[in-house]
Amino acid sequence: MDTIKDKTAIVGIGWTKFGSVKRPLLESQYTLACQAIKAAIDDAGLTLKDIDGIMRFSFDSNDPVRLADSLGLNLRFFGKSMYGGGGGCACVAQAAAAVHAGLANYVVAFRALSQSQDVAFGHFAGRFAERRGIPGPMGWTIPFGLMSPAQGAAITASRHFYLYGTTSQHLGNIAVAERKHANQNPNAFFYDRPMTMEDYMNSPMIAAPLRLFDCCQESDGACAVIVTSAERAKNLKQRPVYIMAAAQSGIWYPNSVNLLDKIPDIVEDETWRLAQALYRMAGTTPKDVDVAEIYDHFTIHVLCALESLGFCKRGEGGPFTEGRRLEWPDGELPLNTSGGHLSEAYIHGLNLIVDGVRQLRGTAPAQVKDAEIVLCSSGNAVPTSGIILRR
Amino acid sequence: MATITDKYAIVGIGHTDYSLNSGRSELHLALEAIMAAIEDAGLGFKDIDGIVGDHPIRVDAMTIGSALGLRDFGFFIETDFAGGGVSSGLLHAIAGIEAGRATNVVCYKSLNGSSKLTLPGLAFAAEPHELGFTRPFGLLAPVVYAALAARRHMHQYGTTGRQFGAIAVACRKHANRNPSAIMYGESMTIEDHQNSKMIADPLRLFDCYVEADGAAACVVTSAERAKDLRQRPVCIMAASQSCVPCLSRWTKDPTLNENETSYLARQLFTMAGLVPSDVDVLQIYDDFTPVVLMAIEDLGFCSKGEGGPFVEGGRLEWPDGKLPINTSGGNLSEGCIDGFNHIIEAVKQLRGTSTAQVKDAEIILVCGATGVATSGLILRR
Amino acid sequence: MPYLPMPPPLPYVESEGFWEGCKRRELVIQRCKDCGAYHHPPIPVCPACQSWNWEWAKVSGRGRVEGFTIVTRAVFPGMPVPYNVVRVELEEQERLLILGNLIDCQPNEISVDMRVRVTFEDVSPEITMYYFEKTV
Repeated sequence: MDTIKDKTAIVGIGWTKFGSVKRPLLESQYTLACQAIKAAIDDAGLTLKDIDGIMRFSFDSNDPVRLADSLGLNLRFFGKSMYGGGGGCACVAQAAAAVHAGLANYVVAFRALSQSQDVAFGHFAGRFAERRGIPGPMGWTIPFGLMSPAQGAAITASRHFYLYGTTSQHLGNIAVAERKHANQNPNAFFYDRPMTMEDYMNSPMIAAPLRLFDCCQESDGACAVIVTSAERAKNLKQRPVYIMAAAQSGIWYPNSVNLLDKIPDIVEDETWRLAQALYRMAGTTPKDVDVAEIYDHFTIHVLCALESLGFCKRGEGGPFTEGRRLEWPDGELPLNTSGGHLSEAYIHGLNLIVDGVRQLRGTAPAQVKDAEIVLCSSGNAVPTSGIILRR
Repeated sequence: MATITDKYAIVGIGHTDYSLNSGRSELHLALEAIMAAIEDAGLGFKDIDGIVGDHPIRVDAMTIGSALGLRDFGFFIETDFAGGGVSSGLLHAIAGIEAGRATNVVCYKSLNGSSKLTLPGLAFAAEPHELGFTRPFGLLAPVVYAALAARRHMHQYGTTGRQFGAIAVACRKHANRNPSAIMYGESMTIEDHQNSKMIADPLRLFDCYVEADGAAACVVTSAERAKDLRQRPVCIMAASQSCVPCLSRWTKDPTLNENETSYLARQLFTMAGLVPSDVDVLQIYDDFTPVVLMAIEDLGFCSKGEGGPFVEGGRLEWPDGKLPINTSGGNLSEGCIDGFNHIIEAVKQLRGTSTAQVKDAEIILVCGATGVATSGLILRR
Repeated sequence: MPYLPMPPPLPYVESEGFWEGCKRRELVIQRCKDCGAYHHPPIPVCPACQSWNWEWAKVSGRGRVEGFTIVTRAVFPGMPVPYNVVRVELEEQERLLILGNLIDCQPNEISVDMRVRVTFEDVSPEITMYYFEKTV
């Protein structure tokens, strides 16, 4: 089957500074989006007139009409990918599909968030507290107190601990590795704050067994990337980063109460199926991946994803995190080398893609020597997406 | 010509009844329409591996996929801008199939637009700030936006209310032949139109679409695979979207020569290698008659300002008009399924199964809602 | 009294029968008349066989805790913590999951795989909530 393998490339990346609910940025989500997109266009050596496509995620209120207005764009291809954090790589995937099909020349994929000004995902359910009743499918969860993604992830963690003997220290290994990486990255929110395992274990419990440092931040900021054909990429400013594979995967967990459920003992879960599609398209195996940018809304989901993506067997994610395996510079599989959602900023997966591109250009703050292949995944426990990039 | 021209086809269509009160949830309606479309194509549910739509809450790809028994699938994209976006579903489906991500993609639209039996969505982001510049001044509903633009067009070009009415009369005439149309049994003359009450001057009741409950869906696949399926394939010659600067509806200047509709037309006609006079039937988004008139100009069927004379004299009417429009009644008289009904009717015309069948219809342009980011298709037999 | 100070669910088209069952103090789950498969939450079509023929079937209300959490940080001010959220696998079918709260347990009494059974609590004139309690 004809695929997009190696036919498209990421040629520009842009990002803003990052704030959080506790240290907010003053700019609106709209301004941040324009800043990041403009930065990506400048990075690519393109002009605003070149952009003819945009892909965004469903919670982003910066629709193409607004962006066309501010940036003076004429667009002929635009759409959304859904399912929250599962949709980031899908934007890149659909951008690549558009370029490959000749439906657009330069397509932006981006995410802008102002969780300080809009509603932070961990708190939106509070809006329902004064209502007469909880409408629709949320009625199966909110009245019972399942009100935030962290609580759903915690249920998953309880099951993983029960089935496989996974421990909090295993989750802590992930958090500690990412914090170490953030400490190399001046733009990371936690750049100047190191964290030990003791700090992690002492952080307050949010929803047992998940602690504060198991959870991603609530950030303000934006990131954008630009996709074009491999042919056009040769003549632009930066070294192209080729898209070897791009895919989505959604499976309906049998009798799942809602999309916050992750059932960790399903071996062939959505991230497993995603991985099969990606490796098949790219012609690679897990062993070929030099840097992993794995969606880290919560440490438990990273652990599950390490299993599903084939880096270790189902159930062995815990031991896999030991021995500093995930740490730059010497670890076997450096993870989220900009600090990820846990310690750089939570830009819904786009900051992970940006860091992956920098790794392959040789410009990452925590540069992995000879990084050739990077895998980026979007949120698991939701219908998801992923890409494999190469130099 | 673009790579995708003539490589893709619509191979199945399905829709529910259209009514003022469906008595069913939007999910229920969507499943009816989607399952009917898959069966129309001669496919099995498990042959579907992609789902594209605007995915309101609970009428989303995973819920639909689960209902169809799809344990996993690898292509799902969300379209946007309601009536501006329905054709874009097919564009995105084509991109996905061309990329090898899917083989048979369902596109759909479901709404209880009349009964309002719907589930509220989640709102994480701030409300668009532009509303602060419009709502306090009473610009509360699309009809008001359309009225502003209509008044300007009348002022600039001498367009009249009767000319807007010609569009309404044509759509009603076509609906009167279509038992599925909400206004099937109700005829309307131009005098009836002129006597209907003012809603937002100069827009009258019969200048405005009929809200409806219903769902519609289609299946898109490659022209190659289409040959082996049940129905005569309807070939997609061109598909595109359009979003240009200054598209906020309240600033839409109907006297501008370049806008999102003219940009769309340029993309579509270039892709297909055609010009407006090649079009046999026009399925054009018809929320309000003046908007249709202006879009007919912007698409290039006549010059700017000449839409009024163009729509007179029965030109838009089956069976003898030179450019029949909305041959199942459109949003104005069939019922507003956000323009997905226009895609369905285009397919029926090209299969030869329309209730107002245009003789030898070969080429049909489908144009989405204008004044917003929009999309469209050129289809052929 | 509800376990938590949250508004009750608003029934929607497909869920009305479920909440009517709760009023009768019965836990009812969508079951396909053609293939017998249970599904929750309810949707118009059976995911196992695509039949439109389904009914509300009374289930025993017994099951096991499949996963749980103890929420210790309130999502909004005024929410009393700690509280538990449990995912229960009902005994009628593998992976037949339903979310709820254990209303008679301290946090340290809750474990994965423990046996539970349904119980009911009127919270408003319209809604009777279902919850779970420990059992043998």
